Amino acid sequence: MLDVRGVQKVYAGRRRQVEAIRDLTFTIAAGELVCLVGPSGCGKTTLLKCMAGLLTPTAGEVRLQGKKVTGPPPGTAVVFQEYGRSLFPWMSVRDNVELPLRQKVAKARRAALVDQALESVGLAGTQNAYPWQLSGGMQQRVAIARAVAYQPQVLLMDEPFAAVDAQTRADLEDLIRQLWHQLKVTILFVTHDIDEAVYLGQRVIVLSSSPTVVQEQLTVDLPDERDQLHTRSDPRFTQLRSHVYEQIQAAKQGSQVPPLLTA
Amino acid sequence: MLAVLRRMLLLVALPAVLFGVWWVSTANSTNFYIPPLSDILRAFGRVWTVDRLRADVWPSVWRLAAGYALATVAGVALGVLIGRARRVAAVLEPVLEFFRAIPPPVLVPVIMLFAGFGNLMKVLVIVSGCVWPILLNTVAGVRAVDEVLADTCRSYGIVGPARLHHLILRSASPQIVTGMRQALSIGIILMVISEMFAASNGLGFTIVQFQRSFAIPDMWSGILVLGLLGIALSLLFRLFEYRVLAWYHGLRDASRQP
Repeated sequence: MLDVRGVQKVYAGRRRQVEAIRDLTFTIAAGELVCLVGPSGCGKTTLLKCMAGLLTPTAGEVRLQGKKVTGPPPGTAVVFQEYGRSLFPWMSVRDNVELPLRQKVAKARRAALVDQALESVGLAGTQNAYPWQLSGGMQQRVAIARAVAYQPQVLLMDEPFAAVDAQTRADLEDLIRQLWHQLKVTILFVTHDIDEAVYLGQRVIVLSSSPTVVQEQLTVDLPDERDQLHTRSDPRFTQLRSHVYEQIQAAKQGSQVPPLLTA
Repeated sequence: MLAVLRRMLLLVALPAVLFGVWWVSTANSTNFYIPPLSDILRAFGRVWTVDRLRADVWPSVWRLAAGYALATVAGVALGVLIGRARRVAAVLEPVLEFFRAIPPPVLVPVIMLFAGFGNLMKVLVIVSGCVWPILLNTVAGVRAVDEVLADTCRSYGIVGPARLHHLILRSASPQIVTGMRQALSIGIILMVISEMFAASNGLGFTIVQFQRSFAIPDMWSGILVLGLLGIALSLLFRLFEYRVLAWYHGLRDASRQP
């Protein structure tokens, strides 16, 4: 479904060049929920932008369903970390969710899609509010509703919950799992939070620190039904998160921890 | 209710005091050029009849509106172009700086040479002054479009006219409105000046006429009309701003109280 092949990204400054990503190769299958973790400053956002067609890699390529990504592909929705800057402050919640649909969906169907999407993220009744009248968590829900209404095949999320409080965050994590089950969409979820990555993902891709390569790919062999209370106290969860933690610590030192045995 | 009353009181307090001072200090004036305010007010009632308003104020306002509208369209269009395209900016900016440095009243005789003495000349004079603040503010606003919002638009396929309308113009609208506010006062000044040079009607023309025929109280009453016109236009503008930028003020208030 999503192939990242030998992607490198170098930002050319006036005096010096910054290699954000050295050489990344991995694949995401259709319908998978994959989390990408890495130490801060390892180029996670750069990678996501390359995958979203918002940046062109210096070398290598991203392929979506076999086709090389050269610009934002039509079936991909992106949720950014900065919800306050990704929603249109001059539009109501309804218009924010509806805007991307205007070019491709008939009016009557649009209204239904918007209502469904807002309901699925638990925001029914806020249609006429402006985003800045809502709390941070609710604003990010609007951004998620916009992505849901867009009916994407691929959903790319760039640290979407980094700026919300812990409780809201837990709710939003469960929301993502639930939407993923409902919509059968392929999700790449970028985060710097190890617990979040293990809790959410079927698979966790651990990145090294800059210059970035894939440090490890780890299958999360936790049951598909997850909830905040039981999953997080599962010994296997603890084991997995400790492993990812060690791997990231090792990544910072430029070494590697041997892969974890899967049960 | 009390709050509204207090605000009204604050609003009219200073004008009332100034008017009072004017009244008292000119009450026994024998200076021909500074007649008592009571004389001016009497002249006001006599001079500014409905016919006079139609004959002299209406053409002025019409020309101001035309020039202002043209300047807004041109300023925003050019501003978007310059703000978006680096190369266009590089080519145009030196020329624009040159023209911007010329005070519009200086241009009046020049514009008269090719646009004649009619309405066209006056509208062009107003445009030549009003366009700058709108243009410069639009450029600044367009350049400050949020990157995350721009990426959001791109990834959702919001491009072309939809992008121009929903992203660029809307996010630059606070700056555009600021430019328009500055342009409005420039427009009023140029409206009067353009009518002082060569005209057969208009507020500026009438005031100069009164001055030249030594109808001093009438002249002063014309200046009062100008001031009142300024107040009316600024109120109208505030109404417009309130409608267009309600989101902006709301957003600002929301981010002020965490």
